[in-house]
Amino acid sequence: MRHAIRFLLGPDARTIETCDPTLTVLDWLRGSERLTGTKEGCNEGDCGACTVVVVRPEGPPGAERLRYRTVDACITFLGMLDGCQLLTVEHLRRADGTLHPVQRLMVAEHGSQCGFCTPGFVMSLFALTKDRPAATGEVWTSASPIDDALAGNLCRCTGYAPIVRAAERALAAPEADAFDAAHDDTLARLLALRDDETVAVSGPKGRFLAPATIQGVVDLMAEHPDATLVAGATDVALWVTKGLRVLDPVLWLGRVPMLRVVGEAADHLYLGAGVSLAEAGLHLSRLHPDLGELFRRHGAAQTRNAGTLGGNIANGSPIGDAAPALIALGARLHLIGRGTEREIPLEDFFLAYGRQDLRPGEFVGGVRVPKLGPDALFRAYKISKRFDEDISAVLGAFRVTLAGGTIREARIAYGGMAGTPGRAARAEAALVGRPLDAAVVPAFKAALAQDFTPLTDMRATAGYRLRVAGNLIERLIHEAAPRAPETRLASVGALAHA
Amino acid sequence: MLDRTPPAPKADDRIAGGAHTPRIHDSAARHVGGTAIYIDDMAEPAGLLHVCLGLSARAHARLVSVDLAPVRSAEGVVAVFTAADVPGVNEISSSHRDDEPMLAEDTVSYLGQPIFAVAALTRAAARHAARRAIIAYEDLEPVLTFRQARADGNLVWPPMTLTRGDSDAVLAQAPGIVRGRMAIGGQEHFYLEGQIALAVPGEDDEVTVYTSTQHPSEAQALVAKVLGTVNSAVTAEVRRMGGGFGGKESQSNLFACVAALVAKKTGRAAKIRPDRDDDMVITGKRHDFEVDYLVGHDAEGRILAVDMQLAARCGWAADLSGPVTDRALFHADNCYHYPAVHLTSRPYRTNTQSNTAFRGFGGPQGMVAAERVIEEVAYACGLDPLEVRKRNFYGTETDNVTPYHQTISDNCIRDLVAKLEVDCGYAARRAALHAANEASPVIKRGIALTPVKFGISFTSTAYNQAGALVHIYNDGSVGLNHGGTEMGQGLYVKVAQVVAEEFQIDADRVRITATTTGKVPNTSATAASSGADLNGMAARAAAQTLKGRLVAFAAEAWSVEPETVLFLPNRVRVGNQEIPWADLIHKAYLARIPLSATGFYKTPTIHWDRDAGRGHPFYYFAYGAACVQAAVDTLTGEYRIERADILHDCGRSLNPAVDKGQIEGGFIQGLGWLTTEELWWDGTGALRTHAPSTYKIPACGDRPRIFNVALYANENREETIYRSKAVGEPPLMLGIAGLHALSDAVASVAGHRHCPRLDAPATPERVLDAVDRMRALADAPPAQP
Repeated sequence: MRHAIRFLLGPDARTIETCDPTLTVLDWLRGSERLTGTKEGCNEGDCGACTVVVVRPEGPPGAERLRYRTVDACITFLGMLDGCQLLTVEHLRRADGTLHPVQRLMVAEHGSQCGFCTPGFVMSLFALTKDRPAATGEVWTSASPIDDALAGNLCRCTGYAPIVRAAERALAAPEADAFDAAHDDTLARLLALRDDETVAVSGPKGRFLAPATIQGVVDLMAEHPDATLVAGATDVALWVTKGLRVLDPVLWLGRVPMLRVVGEAADHLYLGAGVSLAEAGLHLSRLHPDLGELFRRHGAAQTRNAGTLGGNIANGSPIGDAAPALIALGARLHLIGRGTEREIPLEDFFLAYGRQDLRPGEFVGGVRVPKLGPDALFRAYKISKRFDEDISAVLGAFRVTLAGGTIREARIAYGGMAGTPGRAARAEAALVGRPLDAAVVPAFKAALAQDFTPLTDMRATAGYRLRVAGNLIERLIHEAAPRAPETRLASVGALAHA
Repeated sequence: MLDRTPPAPKADDRIAGGAHTPRIHDSAARHVGGTAIYIDDMAEPAGLLHVCLGLSARAHARLVSVDLAPVRSAEGVVAVFTAADVPGVNEISSSHRDDEPMLAEDTVSYLGQPIFAVAALTRAAARHAARRAIIAYEDLEPVLTFRQARADGNLVWPPMTLTRGDSDAVLAQAPGIVRGRMAIGGQEHFYLEGQIALAVPGEDDEVTVYTSTQHPSEAQALVAKVLGTVNSAVTAEVRRMGGGFGGKESQSNLFACVAALVAKKTGRAAKIRPDRDDDMVITGKRHDFEVDYLVGHDAEGRILAVDMQLAARCGWAADLSGPVTDRALFHADNCYHYPAVHLTSRPYRTNTQSNTAFRGFGGPQGMVAAERVIEEVAYACGLDPLEVRKRNFYGTETDNVTPYHQTISDNCIRDLVAKLEVDCGYAARRAALHAANEASPVIKRGIALTPVKFGISFTSTAYNQAGALVHIYNDGSVGLNHGGTEMGQGLYVKVAQVVAEEFQIDADRVRITATTTGKVPNTSATAASSGADLNGMAARAAAQTLKGRLVAFAAEAWSVEPETVLFLPNRVRVGNQEIPWADLIHKAYLARIPLSATGFYKTPTIHWDRDAGRGHPFYYFAYGAACVQAAVDTLTGEYRIERADILHDCGRSLNPAVDKGQIEGGFIQGLGWLTTEELWWDGTGALRTHAPSTYKIPACGDRPRIFNVALYANENREETIYRSKAVGEPPLMLGIAGLHALSDAVASVAGHRHCPRLDAPATPERVLDAVDRMRALADAPPAQP
């Protein structure tokens, strides 16, 4: 047991022995540290004014490299920094006041007006330059990496054009910086912080517990049945920042390496519950480009870096984007309990709005995602008011297996159409045995109206949800045609379809 | 110490950062470094209290009982205040209509109205405590929708009417008539820095309020009113805002007054920074409108007469709704001559947030209505809407009188639009897009080119004045202060450029200081795009006063004629010798020359008689045009704005880089207003789009991938500051082209035979609705030839 959180704040080692479990990094920076460069714009992880960079060693043992990930400080709990380096806008300037290249370019391109969002943009641009394929050895799957890096940073003044110009220049002529020079030293310091201890710190408002093993999670859940499980906190933090709830204890899963495993077999992928949405998107994009596209639009970079696949499922949201796509793929959910393990079809996990098939002491361990067969047609369509960083009004996912020109099997799942994500059983039945062409549309739409009775809310009316959900079959049919017409606007770069 | 040695002669011998140069924002390096200090970043005074407001949970109700004992007993709470605790007048109407209590008294008039203020040791404690109040309501019938407002008939302000000619008679004879109603949504400002005020109590009745406001003098006056003291006891100060857009013109007053009340009542500094959700629920937004139009036209698309009623949901209090709805009428002509016209406003009182100033101030809504009229006439006549626009443009010698009887003398719209039309390849692209649509069953593309003419001046004539204060310190450094506030628009750097230009010193010698009522009194709001026009001129006047003294001093000291004293870059020529600026200043100081001066400016020419609907309310007009291309998914209503080409008139730009930033940013903000930004209240009057998770301003990826912005070379005919033009608001209305590009794409579904009547905001849902209407019309047999 370690009764302290340890991390680096810029170059400085920090040890925090007393802190409330839901103290946010933003409040800590602005309050305790008086580092006021990081701004609060929305307090819910949607505007990016509080964007900071979290640096962690990633990669196989012995070959770790530092990765620079943006997160929203307003929805990150301080304890979640354990073992990492936190960089804020104050750390980018050199001690002599020299601006970092991304800061210099933002000035040169007139990238700030009121300046309030600017520190957040600077941090996202900084992380973007560190995320270049040349720096990471990975490839960018997105056709619009700048937009994707900046989707979680709202600017109300500039219209983004000058900021994008700064980003383009930063990527076109990358410059080595002080962080590159300090890479090996920082890596060594962060690796030295690694241990297998359960971290437990507390403050006047409660306890923050962070086990390092699956067994540790099981034991602590048994000991604290009322504990709130937190992975990326992108949802739970809002219970605190908006709902003003007091959570005690908080059981953070982010120190459990086993929850971040990614396994691949001939016919499926296994993704641990703690795999970030960003990383999950990379792996799933190999199953189908639409999955990459879906995860590209899932929240924004900051929330994809923090949020996890397991969290997106376990919170039971009717509008979480991962679930409908995974249900259509036939994914199975891996649940771990005290001395038990089980796998269930993902759709069976969602019992009703706010209620999931989770037994006491049980938690989501991972998801097993079948690969697509050669005769399977898969599509995932996210419909929202705004393309980027928006919650879906409707999400429709289709896996249609064709045999001899007719549909042999259809797995169709929707989000946003009911209290839970779920399959459209009648609509699926309306397709089976028929060719995938315009003739099935009326029957499909009629069946869909039997499957779902959506709600009207601020995102869309019930009528729109039903109409669009039905129209998506037309998009699917168009896309399945030999000479498919243009059907999509969400992505600027062309999507390569199998 | 400043370097006293004369600067090395430069090749072009010009000062750095003079007028018309693209100087960077004065705070740019601080913005990117995180060192720019906003109010919440200021060092907190010892003993600071944090304040949170307790809000009404009902849209319209009598307060039966307000039990604040649980609030008082909450952890960390120091004090709780209600309307009964106000020592002065519990009234903060910015328009002096006395219908806006700071804290609710016996009734609440909207869901989110502040009822009490709780002060606690921490912000978290205050927020927790505020939720513990036990309030019993007796519900009253709320007026939420336009339908209810029309039935209720309660107006916050007397309506205005503009009339020229006999529109009824012309309409009765017109060959063609179109009529309809257009819904135009409101808009949340979404300044990234939320509302905030920090009050520090002084001696006796004195208090200093740091307030994120566009209108420090009004904050000062209302704080004095609430505290029951005089304006001179109150200092209001703001160095910078993290965005304003009109949302901090009057809506900031509540927070300044509450902070001041708590500070004076407790004797401790008090800060109020509402959470984003509270901010959006409490404060007013851009007015949503419903416009009823009746238009007579001929077969060639020429408008003969227009009759429009512009109704607005103003919310629970008058605020600025009178001038806002007036400005909607002033812009319901946009660039078009209506031979006969009758325009009326209906500023309805509703049980919602009190709608307020927002970039354009009603003008955008009037202009959107004007463009709908054009579109209707175009479809009725089977013409390209751009052709109809051009056929109805105001003339330069004739057809140049507005509905408010001002003759337009600076009209350049025909030339500006012609240039843009050619530069962006409008005609060829339109033909190509429409042809391509034939082969594209799902995605349809559209294009539209719309103009902007925006009147510059406050329509309240008294507001068109400004003051400045310029100090020259005896080392040659200059301190600049004026009544304008910096909200990101680059006002400070522009005015500093003016002073630098006047003195012929590098702009970095001009220290920009926070706007404070202690230095320049009785200032107007930084609004109506007027900041640089007014404050630039006032600062120039101050600088010229000082130059006059320096010339007289130098002429006397060196025994030369005053005409031989010339201000050269960073030096002064006196007779046949050149003296470094700092040396001259030091000598002037030793000679006991006063080196501080005020400057003042009032806009000439303007006058306005609202009752008569006649006058010359605008000093001049700013013009611009945008051509936008959009793609629409006819299965989902999703869309993408693919390209924008903009040509905009900034006069002789004071700072082309800053002006381009205003154009790009204003365009995107206007586009957001008309597309994804949807305010949605549920049936109880609760605003459910109260955070960025639900209220969607444009994100980075929403900007057009092809985004060409150019300044139109056009020296202002009026004697504005260096012949520049105001640029704050006009570009927002360039975004209207986006709405019409979407409309053009939608019209493809029915072969461009029917006006899509796409209302705003054109969310994907509204676009799909319009697509489906077009589909139904396309399938139906043609109604009439």
